[in-house]
Amino acid sequence: MTTNTITKKSRVPDFLPVGKLNKFVRWESFLVIILFGVCVLNSFLSPYFLDPWNLSDATFNFTEKALIALPMALLIIAREIDISVAAIIALSSTIMGLIAAQGAPLYLVVVTGVIVGGMCGLCNGLLVTRFNIPSIVVTIGTMSLFRGISYIILGDEVLKDYPDGFDFLGQGYVYWVVSFEFLTFIVFALVFYWLLHKSIFGRRTFAIGNNPDAAYYSGISVNRHKLILFVLVGLMSGVAAVLLTSRLGSTRPSIAMGWELSIITMVVLGGVSILGGSGTIGGVVLAVILMGMVTFGMGLVNIPGIVMTIIVGLMLMFVVSLPVLISMYKAKRQR
Amino acid sequence: MNKKFITSVIMACSAFAASHSMAADDVRIALLVKAQGIGFFEAAHKGAQEASEELGDVEVIYTGPTTTTAEGQIEIINSLIAQRVDAIAVSANDTDALVPSLVKAQRRGIKVISWDSGVGEDGRIAHINPSSNSLIGRMNVKLAADAIAEKGKDSGKFAILSATPTSTNQNIWIDEMKKSLGEFSNLELVDTVYGDDLADKSFREAQALIKNHPDLDVIVAPTTVGILAAAQAITDLGLIGKVYVTGLGLPSELAGHVHSGAVHNFAIWNPIDLGYATTIVAYNLVKGESSASEIPMGRMGTLSLDSEGNGAMADPFVYDESNVDDFSSIF
Repeated sequence: MTTNTITKKSRVPDFLPVGKLNKFVRWESFLVIILFGVCVLNSFLSPYFLDPWNLSDATFNFTEKALIALPMALLIIAREIDISVAAIIALSSTIMGLIAAQGAPLYLVVVTGVIVGGMCGLCNGLLVTRFNIPSIVVTIGTMSLFRGISYIILGDEVLKDYPDGFDFLGQGYVYWVVSFEFLTFIVFALVFYWLLHKSIFGRRTFAIGNNPDAAYYSGISVNRHKLILFVLVGLMSGVAAVLLTSRLGSTRPSIAMGWELSIITMVVLGGVSILGGSGTIGGVVLAVILMGMVTFGMGLVNIPGIVMTIIVGLMLMFVVSLPVLISMYKAKRQR
Repeated sequence: MNKKFITSVIMACSAFAASHSMAADDVRIALLVKAQGIGFFEAAHKGAQEASEELGDVEVIYTGPTTTTAEGQIEIINSLIAQRVDAIAVSANDTDALVPSLVKAQRRGIKVISWDSGVGEDGRIAHINPSSNSLIGRMNVKLAADAIAEKGKDSGKFAILSATPTSTNQNIWIDEMKKSLGEFSNLELVDTVYGDDLADKSFREAQALIKNHPDLDVIVAPTTVGILAAAQAITDLGLIGKVYVTGLGLPSELAGHVHSGAVHNFAIWNPIDLGYATTIVAYNLVKGESSASEIPMGRMGTLSLDSEGNGAMADPFVYDESNVDDFSSIF
């Protein structure tokens, strides 16, 4: 009920106004067009692109990253960032491996993974909100800390005594080509869509992102809100750790190395302003799929990884700068 | 609205896909390396191309991630499965993490082998080691014998400069060297010292060896750090031609010492041969021209597999004045 009154009475937009054609130049429509182009191009380039099993295989490459991109979008909208997420995966996976080696049952391994993630997020959140340190500084530190702990525990060892049935989480299929991983992503995407766009929590996130001081004086407990967001990012990193560990069937401290940047790339490509205050979950989901299809398509025609990185970088620059260029062009014409 | 878009995307794309013809009948072998831009693997690619020219109906797909991560290799394995390649030959970044995806590849009918850096037994049919411990041990002793022959002597004394006393590989090789001494009765092992694979410590240990054994003919260092430090020590002491250095080293690091004469010859695996043999083995597996224990590998002979599917390609390759420059730009 409360959510209804909010959306009806005060229409605070979820994204910054982009001029008169507001409704048509929405970021999502733009991403859909690019995605369409990429899919057409891919199916031209490779006869193997449009195979349900191949597309299903391709989703495995980005699902875990995408799961973290969802809460990361909220965090960036609230003007904070967490670059320790990949390190959280490493620590969470290590602790899971340790208790699994002690013979812990499946549910306990999974719960531990998620909780360790949540604790790491809590640690980040407390450091940011209690001591007022910028989140980028805190999470650069905890990035080394969390992964460092995994390296101390494991060294060059490997943990792979996971309980029976654990492999289903990251490798199993629920129905036909729909993997458990992808289904998990869909469910969480819906949850985060509701959280950001349909709940008071989401409104508050936008309010903080647009003006933290105003939000504070409006009675929003800004620090507590940010703390919850950090814990959410941690918990989802824990979920990603469970799925990735299951998919690899083993844990080494170098797991998920370098993922933080691709996750933040997905969020930015999804139209979330890196300065905070605007963005949508729909955009992030589309960006995730777009990135997945671009890299998969290039993989199918065996474009070398180095060239692939350059193309993804150029694509990001193009996609992010295009709306700016369009509005500059419009402003010129109006004059 | 998005749903409509997605449906139309799929519809349009299927129309294009239908117009595609299937790929040619070539055997497609993917050479998946740890990361691209590494000289060793580029050289292996050269060998794979040589094999592909020899066989004729082979297309080699040389691929690898930008950084040496297991996740990056898995992403590539997924796209190779999607392309329905006939074989994947992988040098793995992680022994265990690649196994689930390689098992999936094998379920879809792809022949998987590992080379250079292996994967767990479930993940592949065979693993090709560039050499074996006994071959490496014997080669090190043979190199010492070569150096003594170069000095014009019938018999001589040599010492070993190893890595750390706990280095698994080096200890196995030293044991193998001692075993093959029976074959080279004109050689006498006078000492074994440890430079801990540190350049400065290896350098000092080499100098100490020469002081303690004035009649020493050869220093054998089965480690790339040790051989370089020992060659440097010989050069600094002005003993070129009096004491030779040999062992396992990298052509790029040792080319100068080979030309100066401090090193007569040395050995290490040849990445070109390894890439060549890997490609031929993969091809023979696809064509079914192999047995459970033996797979032919063209000019490199036949690969014999043990009960765990491991096989050794050949003796380490010997580098000297005549060929070191060809390889020094590679690795």
